[in-house]
Amino acid sequence: MMQVLTSGAMNLVQDAGRSGHLHLGVCASGAIDPLALRYANSLVGNAADAAGIELAIFPFRVRFERDSVFACTGADARIELDGRLIAPWWSCRVAAGQTLEIQRPARGMRVYLAVAGGVDVAPVLGSRSTDLKAGLGGMGGRGLKRLDMLALGAASADAPRRAGLGCVPGEVPALLAQIAQGCVSVRVLPAAEYEEFSADSRQRFEAAPWQVTPDSNRQGYRLQGAQTLQMAQRRELLSHGLVPGTVQVPPAGQPIIQLAEANTCGGYPKIATVIEADQWRLGQVPAGCALRFERVDVAQAVSALRAQHAAWQALAARLPLVATRLH
Amino acid sequence: MTTVTAEKQAASAPARIHFAGAGGIYLDCGDARIDVGVQQRIWALAEALRGGAHLDGLREIVPGVNNILVLFDPLALAPTTVRDWVLAQWERATACARAPRVVEIPVIYGGEGGIDLQEQAQRAGLGVHDYVALHSSAQFQVMCIGSTPGFSYLSGLPERLHAPRRSVPRLRIPRGSVVIGGVQAGVMPDAAPSGWHILGVTSAAVFDAARAAPCLFEPGDTVRFVAREVIA
Repeated sequence: MMQVLTSGAMNLVQDAGRSGHLHLGVCASGAIDPLALRYANSLVGNAADAAGIELAIFPFRVRFERDSVFACTGADARIELDGRLIAPWWSCRVAAGQTLEIQRPARGMRVYLAVAGGVDVAPVLGSRSTDLKAGLGGMGGRGLKRLDMLALGAASADAPRRAGLGCVPGEVPALLAQIAQGCVSVRVLPAAEYEEFSADSRQRFEAAPWQVTPDSNRQGYRLQGAQTLQMAQRRELLSHGLVPGTVQVPPAGQPIIQLAEANTCGGYPKIATVIEADQWRLGQVPAGCALRFERVDVAQAVSALRAQHAAWQALAARLPLVATRLH
Repeated sequence: MTTVTAEKQAASAPARIHFAGAGGIYLDCGDARIDVGVQQRIWALAEALRGGAHLDGLREIVPGVNNILVLFDPLALAPTTVRDWVLAQWERATACARAPRVVEIPVIYGGEGGIDLQEQAQRAGLGVHDYVALHSSAQFQVMCIGSTPGFSYLSGLPERLHAPRRSVPRLRIPRGSVVIGGVQAGVMPDAAPSGWHILGVTSAAVFDAARAAPCLFEPGDTVRFVAREVIA
């Protein structure tokens, strides 16, 4: 068990997401930076789909009620265990009674906390992730509150030996550097109505910076540019299924990126889709930071995802050997 | 991005097919208006994709209104293969003429649970009882499910009852609200923001994540509203 001592309503139990229910109107939800959660899980010996905690409100404090191993990944934040500084992207042993405190990140938006065995809330429709909008999954469909008790699942046999391992995917420092400079690039594929936007708008979509507005959350990010995007000929669309990463353009011409908790059906024209390999980046972009869209083709989108997945798989395969030699 | 015209079934709109990310295929057969014939083919396509023609790595099959979204693992299936397969299946899909299920929804019209009934009756130029008689004698059809868990877009709202959505949506309308918006009708599976008009309330549980079949409605179902009480 662990007990939450300080939290905010946007700190959520999340896993790799809920799949297979989009046609019932149930969104994927899940970690908005899935790359960070996956690495955190590997560092503590969990399966990739184990549930951890997505932190967006700080400080977050939690007391462990049993000995365990944890890792924090994601944004660049100050982490302390009973006042001792702990490195991010590093697994660490914790004793029953110790308190972990995570401060507001200097760069990035969300920190992920994985604990050996995973957070063990009851799965809903096959997932432990919290769907805040629908109020289902996770901790009764809501964010974590002070004094919540979180059960932990059974840790893998080699979890205790994993303490003391660190790793950071190369893409993460690069992203944090972009965030510090105020402009993050993401790759996109053209979406269904791309060709129906005016040539000016298509050109502007890629050339201009699009600022993330404060009106942004797990459902989607509203963007603001100096000029708007317009279709050559406006037309009404019938309701259609939406995939996370879709960049919609409502009639006012300022785009919206649909994210993990997006409505499963929409009606606005879609200019682009952020490629799967870059969606995790969006989870770390704060309001006020700009986005730049770079168009790629589907083969590039697949190879980017394949490379990202292969890097993680190679790491996950090596970690058990390193863990054995550490102890 | 590829646009392909399927000319085999000339009666329907040409199909346009696009990538929705590397792991998504979006087939759009829609025009400005809802075509029920096209919709029946979309349901037949969804059934074919879910059934016999299954490919390992398929993740989601999401019928919309005159369109469908298919999601898959792009590391297990080549996007172009899935695109060609979906298009081939679409060309073979024919509107299935199976008898629809009929789902009856008991409604208490008006009063606190139906705060817009009076206004909507006035708008339609009908007395409250006549308005309710029209709404509860119509045959609605579930076009698609989505937006929020279990919300069904129902076609078949009598033209006289069509009403533009509220210009300012309400921040929260209660679970079970029986609503209309534009040319469509629906039932709120849970409390949520909405710009639709509230005619009444039902005790029917439209969505329950703990049920074996969480959704009460399936696409293609016929829905009838049954007046249990009218509070004029």
